[in-house]
Amino acid sequence: MSAFLTYLLNGLAVGCAIALIASGLVVIHRVTGVVNFAQGTFAVVAGLCASSLLGLGLPHGASELAAVLAAAVAGLLTGLAAVGRPGTTPLSSLIVTLGVGVLAYAVEIVLWGDQPRSAPGLAGSVTVAGARIQTQHLLVIAVTAVAFAALALFFGRTYLGKALTACASNPYAARVVGIDVRRMGLLAFALGGLLGGLAGVLVTPMRPISFDSDVTLIVNGFAAAVFGALTRPVITLAGALLLGVAETMAAGYGYGSHQLEIALGLMLVVMIVQAGRRPAISQEPT
Amino acid sequence: MLAVQGVSRSFGGVYAVRDVTLDVADGEVCGVIGPNGAGKSTLFNLITGHLAAERGEISFLGRRVDRLAPHRRARLGMSIVFQAARVFRGMTVRENVMVGLHGRTSAGFVAAALRLPRHRRDEREIAARADAALDRVGLSEWADRPADQLPIGQQRALQLARALCARPRLLLLDEPASGLRGQERERLAELVEELRAGGLTILLVEHDVAFVTRLADRIVVLDLGRVIADGPPAEVRNDPLVLAAYLGQSA
Repeated sequence: MSAFLTYLLNGLAVGCAIALIASGLVVIHRVTGVVNFAQGTFAVVAGLCASSLLGLGLPHGASELAAVLAAAVAGLLTGLAAVGRPGTTPLSSLIVTLGVGVLAYAVEIVLWGDQPRSAPGLAGSVTVAGARIQTQHLLVIAVTAVAFAALALFFGRTYLGKALTACASNPYAARVVGIDVRRMGLLAFALGGLLGGLAGVLVTPMRPISFDSDVTLIVNGFAAAVFGALTRPVITLAGALLLGVAETMAAGYGYGSHQLEIALGLMLVVMIVQAGRRPAISQEPT
Repeated sequence: MLAVQGVSRSFGGVYAVRDVTLDVADGEVCGVIGPNGAGKSTLFNLITGHLAAERGEISFLGRRVDRLAPHRRARLGMSIVFQAARVFRGMTVRENVMVGLHGRTSAGFVAAALRLPRHRRDEREIAARADAALDRVGLSEWADRPADQLPIGQQRALQLARALCARPRLLLLDEPASGLRGQERERLAELVEELRAGGLTILLVEHDVAFVTRLADRIVVLDLGRVIADGPPAEVRNDPLVLAAYLGQSA
């Protein structure tokens, strides 16, 4: 029983990290209509930055913060490439984000080499109802909860959030009421970078990260985001937690090498179901 | 107020709008009519900035705007009501009207998220403005409903409220009467008359000749992308070129 509980809690932590990646995908897709395949790259950049900065002797906190900001800048640059030119279709932008992801490999290998890097996180563990859980995992869960609450407040209550939602709903009308749709798109990419970066610095202490870790991250994140039809944050969170728990259970009970297959399988099933219901990625033409 | 000077735009080598010149004076209601395919929508989109002109100049309030993005033109004081339902789904009717005003208030993220007094004051102020605009177009009862649930006529009224809320210098209406039933059409006409009486400058692009004749001070007639007549309704109505264009259409 306590093994089950341990897997469950660890699975929730893994799911939270996936949720952060997925939330970045959702934010960017909601506002710009673009599926951002460079989303995993933001996490990798943040993870590698954090490990380097910590290696240089910067204290915890400052290193992670700087790494997350670096990821936000990476997000902004990706946004400039993908949606910076007015009139780029979401499909072309998608290809651009793929290109950015591949280009990022080269940059990352030059800067950090091709070996996986890790970073120390919070040490120690606590025992909850007979189940041991690492403090780092608790931190991941807490940060994710705060991030999702902040996102909900941001989109639900603030003017900027409303303007972003307006762009997502009807970019044509948004322009007409004086909203700079291009700037909002760039903002969404920066926000996506920030969320991806957050996931990166939290994951790196749990499993070492290398330049090509983005594939695992994006597959998981994409599966969760598709679960929420790429637009609904709460369902995305639920999907991510489900996925995290399923993968950890599989690993715990002896199918550790099949984690990625589980994510892919789930993603396929969800996509088929979503496609049957209605076009998941539908938007009024501009 | 608005000066369109020798503007052209083609699609695949065929001119949709060719060498069109038209002026809208301060306080005037200018109607643009023409048979199907005359280039009305293209001209409208050139003025709002959703299409780029290949040649010619467009000035608004004495300033060149033909290279400005649509949202920049909107901020200068052009408010637009589209024929198609362009509402923001997932928001209430009131939020739909308020969204354009948000950029003009000062309170930041922290103030908004925590509902600080400054944010609440801004919020109250623009909510009051939105409610006044909704009242004006007869949508008060719908204010708290989701915008996508509105029937087509009300969605257009919502766009009109959103446009008025921005306190425009120039109101651009694209086929405002299309798809409206008799009574809705009458209410719209009365509203336009009210706005004109209030001194608002209006450019009305419309298929329905009777509707335009009733409301416009001056009518510009387009046919095959060119201006074929420009003058007061009574004069334009009896213009042989205009009659030929419309008869040719119906034959």
